[in-house]
Amino acid sequence: MNNEGVDESKRQFLTTALTVVGAVGTGYLAVPFLSQMQPSVKTMAAGAPVEIDLSKMETGQLIRVAWRGKPVWVLNRTPEVLATLKTLESELRDPQSLESLQPENSKNSGRSIKPEIFVAVGLCTHLGCSPTFRPEVSPPDLGDKWKGGFFCPCHGSWFDLAGRVYSGVPAPTNLEVPPHRYVTDTLLIVGEPAEGESA
Amino acid sequence: MKPSRLNDCGEWVLDRFPLASLWKDHMTHYYAPKNFNFWYFFGSLALLVLVNQFLTGILLTMNYKPDAKLAFDSVEYIMRDVSWGWLVRYMHSTGASAFFIVVYLHMFRGIMYGSFKHPRELIWIFGMLIFVALMAEAFMGYLLPWGQMSYWGAQVIISLFSAIPVIGDDLSLWIRGDYVVSDATLNRFFAFHVIAVPLVLVMLVFMHIVALHEVGSNNPDGIDIKKLKDKDGVPLDGIPFHPYYSVKDIAGVGVFLIFFATIIFYMPEMGGYFLEHANFIPADSMKTPEHIAPLWYFTPFYAILRAIPDKFAGVIGMGGAIVVLFLLPWLDRNPVRSIRYRGGIYKKALALFVISFIALGYLGTQPATPVMTNIARVFTAIYFGFFLLMPIYTRWEKTKPVPERVTVELSLEEQIPALIEAFEEITELNPVSEDNSQHPAFRSVFFSRRPNAEGIRKVTTRLAKKLKESLD
Repeated sequence: MNNEGVDESKRQFLTTALTVVGAVGTGYLAVPFLSQMQPSVKTMAAGAPVEIDLSKMETGQLIRVAWRGKPVWVLNRTPEVLATLKTLESELRDPQSLESLQPENSKNSGRSIKPEIFVAVGLCTHLGCSPTFRPEVSPPDLGDKWKGGFFCPCHGSWFDLAGRVYSGVPAPTNLEVPPHRYVTDTLLIVGEPAEGESA
Repeated sequence: MKPSRLNDCGEWVLDRFPLASLWKDHMTHYYAPKNFNFWYFFGSLALLVLVNQFLTGILLTMNYKPDAKLAFDSVEYIMRDVSWGWLVRYMHSTGASAFFIVVYLHMFRGIMYGSFKHPRELIWIFGMLIFVALMAEAFMGYLLPWGQMSYWGAQVIISLFSAIPVIGDDLSLWIRGDYVVSDATLNRFFAFHVIAVPLVLVMLVFMHIVALHEVGSNNPDGIDIKKLKDKDGVPLDGIPFHPYYSVKDIAGVGVFLIFFATIIFYMPEMGGYFLEHANFIPADSMKTPEHIAPLWYFTPFYAILRAIPDKFAGVIGMGGAIVVLFLLPWLDRNPVRSIRYRGGIYKKALALFVISFIALGYLGTQPATPVMTNIARVFTAIYFGFFLLMPIYTRWEKTKPVPERVTVELSLEEQIPALIEAFEEITELNPVSEDNSQHPAFRSVFFSRRPNAEGIRKVTTRLAKKLKESLD
């Protein structure tokens, strides 16, 4: 090829200019393409709060409701359970819930607004399995150290009946407590923050 | 011969498309080493399974509905109401497991005979990318039946991404397209499973083979056959791929299909290993099955994830177990390729690695009890030790001299006399008491073979000695 009369700097300029224009174009196209995979407006709107009637709940009972497609647990804790919870702190990773997700009014050792009623998102903070409710003390398969709690069958994480994670298990933080408030003494709304709190 | 119209047509194409030279370069004049053994079947078998997955997959999409409300029922519809639907689905589900069986064996062949070493590093990299794409393909395909295992398996694996600091939560939200695994997730996984990943796979397989044909195949002796060529430039130890290996591979295909068909027709679920029992229950986002385990081909990596008692470190360990495989060509410092001429330390390390891989695979299928977790930790250490200590121990190796020409193993037929001899040695002939009731002329002496303790001991010691020698 004849290279005579080639303006190298012009060629360089054109190459650079084309590269820049191409990169900007790719960038512009990437935004709609990648955003396409974000949750849609409809999906984001679907997270309506749910009401739960607690009047028929017995002591020790756990009920499961669906909120935003996730299992939410409401547990009515017995006085014995509440007493046991206080004795566990040395075995827990985050007993004061400093690293964990919960509304301000549940940031206490029982992780609840009312001491006996515990509300939590029933998904393990490790990899999102739903732990099983194991209220019994020292069952044969879990051993003497088990004081009742939630056991994740997937990867063996332990939580107590306040959703607090034990140390030495894969889950990093306590179970998430969703925003919730009481309309009346026995009517609970999950998905709405209590007055004076942000969601 | 009179030029016919057909020939004219052929000429017309050949003038416009390099069919003849492609055929020549990659089939009739592609010289492969003449000493390939059965380990060399698995590459072509992987290609066969890929074709099987494409054909059966296309048929399945004709009746499958990628909708959270309809998916589970549409799979049952395929199984019960579509003509031969059960066969096509079992071919696809068994094909997925078969794919991993042949790919794992193919990879082990590469590690054993040093096929990943200079100049074939890039073939290994392409192969590893195929392996990763295959895992993505299998994982996303497993969500589609929308059973309990589909659902919770996807939930766990997508949550792995949330362990990445800073961007993790947004990333897993972006992958799911919802706050939980849902219809949006199912629909996009369908798109990835039937379009995106298969395209990537085909391209990678193409590049894997192009790179292989550029440098030529390795062989069980790990010798460069291109060093010695005849006057026409043909390697002395090479034979044309077609017809020699194309025909040989067809024999391999026959044997493979016998196993494949047996599984499809008699044990399509393979005791819960190929199709898990919990997946016959529709997905329920409120309840995780009592025991969840991924399909068998992911369990070694899953066991590593569970063995590490920290979320982020566990994910790093799991990913690292695959990343170290990519690095293999640079971790192994020994220039000798084949295990036949390598030192005892490498043979023992490889044996330990295989044991730990299988053990982790088993542990990954079991519930995570404290004892099992501790055992998994030991094997995880061995798994990583094999790779990460490799730059050290491969330097200490005392290798054996590598021959100039390839060696040819005894065929099965040639081993028969030795086998008969060994059989004679471990048994002895005893005359059975004679039958006296008949006339002497009709009497015959019966012999029976009894095990010979002395002979058995000798043969076993010889075998043990041989085994020990082969590990040195």
